[in-house]
Amino acid sequence: MLVLLKFVVLLLALGSGQARQPHVVVEDAEPVFEPSKFGSLWPLPQKLKSTQDAFKLTSFRIVDAKDSSAGPSCNILQNAYRRYYEYMFGAGQKQGVFKLRRSGPSDLTGLQVWITSADSECDGYPSVKSDESYELSVIQPFAVLKAPKVWGALHGLETFSQLVYEDEYGAKSVNATIITDFPRFKHRGILLDTSRHFLPIKVILANLETMAMNKFNVFHWHIVDDQSFPYLSRTFPQLSQQGSYHPYTHVYTPADVKMVIEFARLRGIRVVPEFDTPGHTQSWGKGQPDLLTPCYSGPKPSGAFGPVNPILNTTYDFMTQFFKEISTVFPDGYVHLGGDEVDFTCWKSNPDIQRFMDAQGFGQDYSKLESFYIQKLLDIVTTTKKGYMIWQEVFDNGVKLKPDTIIHVWKGNQQQYQSEMANVTSSGYQTLLSTPWYLNRISYGQDWNVFYKADPQDFKGTEKQKALVIGGEACLWGEYVDATNLTPRLWPRASAVGERLWSSKDVTDINDAFNRLSAHRCRMVERGIPAEPLFSSYCQREYKGI
Amino acid sequence: MSAVSSGQQTRPMYYLLLLMILQLGLHTAEGVWPLPQTLISSTERFPLSPQAFYFGYGRQSAAQQGCSVLDEAFKRYFSLIFPDYTSAYGILRFSTDKPFTVEVSVDRADCDGYPDENSSERYNMSVFAGRASLKAETVWGALRGLETLSQLVYQDDFGSYFVNKTDIEDFPRFQFRGILLDTSRHYLPVQAILKTLDAMAYSKFNVFHWHIVDDPSFPYQSRTFPMLSSKGAFHPMTHIYTQSDVRRVISYARMRGIRVLPEFDSPGHTKSWGQGQPDLLTPCYKGGIPSGTFGPVNPALPSTYQFMAALFKEVSSVFPDSYIHLGGDEVDFSCWKSNPYVRAFMQKMGFGSDFTKLEAFYMEKIVNITSALNKTSIVWQDVFDYHERRSSLSVVEVWREGCYLCEVRRVVKAGLRVILASPWYLDQPGPTHNWARYYTVWPLAFKGTEEQKKLVIGGEVCMWGEYVDATNLTPRLWPRASAAAERLWSDEKQTSNVDKAFPRLQDFRCKLVRRGIQAEPLYVGHCKQEYQGV
Repeated sequence: MLVLLKFVVLLLALGSGQARQPHVVVEDAEPVFEPSKFGSLWPLPQKLKSTQDAFKLTSFRIVDAKDSSAGPSCNILQNAYRRYYEYMFGAGQKQGVFKLRRSGPSDLTGLQVWITSADSECDGYPSVKSDESYELSVIQPFAVLKAPKVWGALHGLETFSQLVYEDEYGAKSVNATIITDFPRFKHRGILLDTSRHFLPIKVILANLETMAMNKFNVFHWHIVDDQSFPYLSRTFPQLSQQGSYHPYTHVYTPADVKMVIEFARLRGIRVVPEFDTPGHTQSWGKGQPDLLTPCYSGPKPSGAFGPVNPILNTTYDFMTQFFKEISTVFPDGYVHLGGDEVDFTCWKSNPDIQRFMDAQGFGQDYSKLESFYIQKLLDIVTTTKKGYMIWQEVFDNGVKLKPDTIIHVWKGNQQQYQSEMANVTSSGYQTLLSTPWYLNRISYGQDWNVFYKADPQDFKGTEKQKALVIGGEACLWGEYVDATNLTPRLWPRASAVGERLWSSKDVTDINDAFNRLSAHRCRMVERGIPAEPLFSSYCQREYKGI
Repeated sequence: MSAVSSGQQTRPMYYLLLLMILQLGLHTAEGVWPLPQTLISSTERFPLSPQAFYFGYGRQSAAQQGCSVLDEAFKRYFSLIFPDYTSAYGILRFSTDKPFTVEVSVDRADCDGYPDENSSERYNMSVFAGRASLKAETVWGALRGLETLSQLVYQDDFGSYFVNKTDIEDFPRFQFRGILLDTSRHYLPVQAILKTLDAMAYSKFNVFHWHIVDDPSFPYQSRTFPMLSSKGAFHPMTHIYTQSDVRRVISYARMRGIRVLPEFDSPGHTKSWGQGQPDLLTPCYKGGIPSGTFGPVNPALPSTYQFMAALFKEVSSVFPDSYIHLGGDEVDFSCWKSNPYVRAFMQKMGFGSDFTKLEAFYMEKIVNITSALNKTSIVWQDVFDYHERRSSLSVVEVWREGCYLCEVRRVVKAGLRVILASPWYLDQPGPTHNWARYYTVWPLAFKGTEEQKKLVIGGEVCMWGEYVDATNLTPRLWPRASAAAERLWSDEKQTSNVDKAFPRLQDFRCKLVRRGIQAEPLYVGHCKQEYQGV
């Protein structure tokens, strides 16, 4: 992705160098904040009815409903109750001030959470098939949140917390509301890149937390790449020992990875790791000799290395063992295998590779060699019982894929990615869109509205084809991003993608979105997340974590 | 840029040392940012120990113990020099370390004053065995020297501290090196301002230009006109700067040798003023009747000037700096044009239909008000551009894009002083590698006499607030502002090469991160200690 990325970044750099009046903004383009009739709900639920009848939250508790299939032993819910209680009322704050008073007619005393299906999936991991739907009814004397599985209940708790507001005396209130909600797309992801810059665990966790506030459900962990290999492999510890920025301070230990996966699970988020090959693997070579192709300069090795060497049996032995480990470390049903941007020049320079090409009858078509490699890799991964995702090039190059492969579209302009989506789906594959959502690209002014307007199902195709679009991912590549600037660069811009992927297709009112998103970003700030502002304005409680 | 002298060592030893230094990737004296004017360093290094490290005043120094600025600075720089020092550190260690003393001498004991436009920031420093001698004319110069010293000290892979034998003569190229923060478009909590002042000191900036009010909000709580903030702030209780907040900012800045330059921009950019001060703004008309909206300050009413005189009297006593920024940019004439009373005033004054004359009339009055208060006024270039009697102006800030040096040239030709801001609008985000854009700026590359070039007193980084608040201010400002800082402080010939500057700036940004400043990365890579916040 890097090549294109650099180019775009350059264009942007040139573009943004042009005139800007300092503090002048064209008057009629100036957004004016007004409260939305949907309050601060983000992403907007599928169906919603509410009235102006306000209830005060008095001696408020979140409890399991009597008939719920999840009880006190359900960690996911118990943790979520506490989390959302603290978000609504603040940690440690006593909520029982009015305890002596009987609850009045306009009071709401609790939220009952009712998991309706026999298997709550409390101890499981979320998957692409998980049921995330829920129903929320906020009426007296207590609100009820019904969901078939815990995953829906988590989203419902977030929604409930978004309904709560402070009246002018600081009392917490909520309006009578009935909501039926479910995601439009199954796969709503955020990609973070921990290779170009190492991201401390704390940053990853904070962003998982923020993902939950925006109903994202996939953390695409682009964990290694050319620049560094921070994943500490039990089978091949030399990979991070040699390939990370620092073998002790800049690595993810098995315990770290476990922590991330569990933290994500408690928030209904899947962790899909990406181990990108055969390109983007410079850092792998440091700890695994003979894995990469030696490049030649004339008749002699130049000392430089190229992509993974596809002609050695040792390469596939290594990959077999490595992905066996990955398949046990990461519980998700999918692994992302990359496959993008393979540079053929090094392969071309290497005489052994040329001989191999001749023997295989590939001629000078190096994409055939790439396909040969990927094909073998896919066979290996298939034996680990995982499904896989791959970047679009693998599909473009005509590699034979399992029918449940997910093709990740990231290239081109709007017209190009839309025709790619059409091609992929007409071949019967499921697909994910990222092209319009490269959030590492920045420019002056508001751009969330551009992300907001992109729709993954906007392409020419049949209903059946559209159904193969399982969602999308916002990508934050790490060339210019580390712990210092990641969070404000990602939020609330990624929130725009979050709503596009969750809410109904016809939720497109940009002014209403601005109003809700402004309030939603202030809520994130209040919850300790440094989400940057959309435009001149203020939050009741500004960011304090300086 | 650093001449390596090997005088003290035998040859083979010297090569060995050099080799070790290269291998360990140790910092050389070139690690100082912005680059000192003259710097000679050797590979001879001295170990430092926090248990045996002292700051003291030279015998000849005019300032002695009790000098608030320096006493405080010693405390601050001790922690910056020894970032992982905790008091438990040395309890079990025998203090057999050789002592190292930093001896500071200044010519003038201006310990309780404020830095001003004429303050010397020059210092000389020699680091040799067991001792560093830091000499400066003023305490402000001594502060710059302490900052340099803190950047000379480095840790090896085992955590031991070292400093190399070094000689430095240093002074700023430009007297005015500013950063503008905008607290009107978004309110910045005081903590965010203080943090910025810290980071400014690390890059040797010396002016905090506080664009404190503007159209969207009026957070300055005025003693004389409390309604301005109680009506005009985003929130009258939580989104204001009280008098004590302002004092705190000024005193925090003073301790770091930073001037606080307030801007009360008028007659445009004043929407928020109107909410707490009726009749200040011009009522706009539509079809012969007031439309209910308001335009710039009403220049036709005497009450306007009474109000301004009272406000600026307060402001000039609250802010001790001898400069005050009066704004004067981007005045929209359409509202004035619509108002019959303003038009009548134009007739009376003989301005015809030239509204720039009206604006000039207004600005002249405001400049006179502040001159009477003994303040030097700064105005945005717009005021210079339409002002006929330019002699009443003093300092012009150039901000428009395009040929900004053409404008600089026009201003100095008129004999006025210039502050350059155009190339340093950092509120434009931009991939960080754009830092070079802010580095390859040549403020004096215009045709003019030596005298004229001296009128360019410096430059300023602007961080306008439309899209910036406490959540993203720091990474958007640093380390890109540091690129401008080196341009404004260092010798241009020694610092014209981007490739040479890049590794130094990378190093410096990790130093900032280590000091808790959320400075964003320049490119792929890592810092030994990554930022630990979120």
